[in-house]
Amino acid sequence: MDITLSKAQQDISKEARRFLKKECSPDFVQEMFEDDKGYTDDLWSKIVELDWPAMCIPEQYGGMGLDLLDLIMVLEETGRALMPGPFFSTILLGAETIIAAGNDSQKETYLPKIANGEIKGTLALYEPDSGADPGYIQMEAKSDGNGFILNGTKILVPDAHVSDFIICVARTQPGDDAEQGVTLFLVDPKSDGITVSLLPTMDATRKYCGVEFKNVPVSTDNVLGEPNQGWGPLCRAMQRVQVAISAESIGGAQWAMEAATDYAKIRIQFGQPIGAYQAIKHRCAQMFVDVESSRSLLYYAAWAQDNEEPTAAAIAASAAKTYCTETFNNVSCGTIQVLGGTGFVWENEIHYYLKRAKANEVALGDPDYHRERILKLLSL
Amino acid sequence: MDYRYTPEQEAFRQGFSSWVDKNLPEGFDPTKRRNFNTSEDLLAAYKAFQKRLYEAGYTALHYPKEYGGQGKTMVEEAIVTQTISEKCMELRQIGVITFGMAVPTIYTCGTEEQKQEYLPKIMDGTHLWCQGFSEPEAGSDIANVSTMAIKEGDHYVVNGQKVWTSMAHMADYCILLVRTDPETTKHRGLSYLLLDIKSPGVDVRPMKQMTGESEFTEVFMDNVKVPVENLVGKEGEGWMIAITTLMFERVLGDVTMATAYEKTIKNLISMAQNVKRSGRPVIENPLFRQKLAQHYIEIMVLKYHGLRNFGKTIKGGVPGPEGSIGKLLWSEPNQRITNNAIMMQGPLGQITEGSPWAIDEGAWQYGFLRSKGNTIEAGSSEIQRNIIGERVLGLPKDASRAAIKK
Ligand SMILES: Cc1cc2nc3c(=O)[nH]c(=O)nc-3n(C[C@H](O)[C@H](O)[C@H](O)COP(=O)(O)OP(=O)(O)OC[C@H]3O[C@@H](n4cnc5c(N)ncnc54)[C@H](O)[C@@H]3O)c2cc1C
Repeated sequence: MDITLSKAQQDISKEARRFLKKECSPDFVQEMFEDDKGYTDDLWSKIVELDWPAMCIPEQYGGMGLDLLDLIMVLEETGRALMPGPFFSTILLGAETIIAAGNDSQKETYLPKIANGEIKGTLALYEPDSGADPGYIQMEAKSDGNGFILNGTKILVPDAHVSDFIICVARTQPGDDAEQGVTLFLVDPKSDGITVSLLPTMDATRKYCGVEFKNVPVSTDNVLGEPNQGWGPLCRAMQRVQVAISAESIGGAQWAMEAATDYAKIRIQFGQPIGAYQAIKHRCAQMFVDVESSRSLLYYAAWAQDNEEPTAAAIAASAAKTYCTETFNNVSCGTIQVLGGTGFVWENEIHYYLKRAKANEVALGDPDYHRERILKLLSL
Repeated sequence: MDYRYTPEQEAFRQGFSSWVDKNLPEGFDPTKRRNFNTSEDLLAAYKAFQKRLYEAGYTALHYPKEYGGQGKTMVEEAIVTQTISEKCMELRQIGVITFGMAVPTIYTCGTEEQKQEYLPKIMDGTHLWCQGFSEPEAGSDIANVSTMAIKEGDHYVVNGQKVWTSMAHMADYCILLVRTDPETTKHRGLSYLLLDIKSPGVDVRPMKQMTGESEFTEVFMDNVKVPVENLVGKEGEGWMIAITTLMFERVLGDVTMATAYEKTIKNLISMAQNVKRSGRPVIENPLFRQKLAQHYIEIMVLKYHGLRNFGKTIKGGVPGPEGSIGKLLWSEPNQRITNNAIMMQGPLGQITEGSPWAIDEGAWQYGFLRSKGNTIEAGSSEIQRNIIGERVLGLPKDASRAAIKK
């Protein structure tokens, strides 16, 4: 038993904090919020220099083969800094899905280029009729003898506008059971018949797109893994993504908690710092309880993905996704209350955190979905 | 990072687990909330089981052998206390203060004579201890203790009253917080005594609690003589001793607590499966499913937060005021869990032990009532949030309290 972060993990974390402080200031985030592309090539190349995209890609495909927990050290910091750009979509939604579902040659084609920063990619999962359950897939892909033809609309596809590949989740057999008849397709967003448009969403530090598919042919070579068998591997990949988004959320929550506490020490009303009033003090204390306890669950959930048996790992991912994203939302809301009117103005960064918190909470299965999933995993 | 036991630790766990199965008292039923109807029976069972644990080498594993421990690490101790809390917490519950407070205090701050005198007799089950800190005018504000101990020759003469003293009616000794210097106020002037509760002048009166049981008592002390060699540390150090020695055991306590609550969640799940309301098992109700899953998550949080702190401590970290988190992470969820357990039972939720319609022999009704004490005992939730706010986050004290301190 050894339940502490290694020296190397602590170093990754410190290094990431230092880097982001310099390269991803609040002003930069604000600028990217207003910008359609949403990141700069300069930031991307610096991330690549730090080898962040390579961390969790297996060594035989040009990566570093590190554990999810190592990457969590970075993601807490990118969450804290609200780092904009297609990093999360590429290395988690893209790379993890390819690792879980792809065949050898697909991995050979994509993973080394993801690891060295050459390409970016994302996952097209949600549809206009989607609910909390990400398994409701209705978009059709019809077999035409040589391959498949994609038709339909995907929404809430992160960073599709800057992606070099999109993994599209579509139905190849009728029905509404995701376990049966769902296939993953690798498509190039620049292909004929694909239209990508930016969606206005609350959290514009992460760009979400709508993607329209009109008679888009996909060859059988670009079926990721096996036809009709896409859901199982996708779920395995998504579990890791759920833990990753939990890490990002805790990084953000940590920032918000510190903002509230710092302000409570300096803002004087009725002759004393507002942090001396228990209504404020206890709110801050509860934020600390929520953030620290969430982080404890997060570290276990991350470790579990690489070490526990599948059911325990799945439960841990759902528990972390629920608890950590709810914490981020609660802490952001609490911080706004502590900041008073100062927290309500556009110039104060807290609203970006609240917006990211809400986006993270409803993405990838909301808390109600994950609570129900935990009971199903327990065979209840 | 690795949450798993090493093969040696796992073998130790399995060995202890089967030892417990073979050494439980005759007829002990681990699924029942209560196996003993009187406090005398419970005390006798505690002492007998503690003696067996001691003889088999399963007591106070992280303490040195010369004081009745086993000279092993906190990991082995955690394995033992977790297994006990899973299989027979009833046999250990009344010893929580003895092992969580008396032992670490005497071991860390006691003289060599005190250690020799008291520790082995705790380990082998001879003596049960209780904690006499709270008084009518000193609850959360524990530094306001007014029980006086005046030195006269080779002993102190103690006068005063303690309240909410758990298990004093069963205990042999009491860790007692007293004021030795009447001239000083608050923290200064407090001292820490070891009191033989059978001493002349000590009057213990059990108090009936809202659960109907009498777990705690009032303790009146009228010219009680306590030998000067029963002072722990120096005069005036009582406050420091009271707050600083307990951190390590709290880290262990949180890990043990998590195991106990995992069992509660298992019981809650089987209750929800077995109990039908309007003809359907409660487990099928989507609202209760959400609550059940949330409780499951909260207990995971308790467990992995406890382990994270434990992990730091066994690597040489010194636990600090952030330990207050652990207290909040079990006491507050336990109130929600037991409340929802009753709500799942619908109108039958108010039926208590003794009725054929009582669900799980009224265990949830008892649990619901008992949980109300959880956010008060051992430092209320408000006090824990004050500690976190002021000592961890560095927020200023309230002006009125800051003024009192001066
Ligand atoms: C089941 C049980 C077992 C116990 N066992 C023992 C024992 O074995 N030995 C022992 O010594 N004591 C024991 N206690 C006593 C316990 O430690 C006290 O009850 C506790 O410290 C609170 O003190 P009080 O009851 O006087 O409440 P008070 O201190 O009067 O508190 C009343 C309310 O005011 C709040 N409050 C007080 N001060 C503040 C503040 N500064 N800021 C905000 N809110 C505040 C409290 O949180 C609480 O809600 C036990 C209590 C219970 C319930």
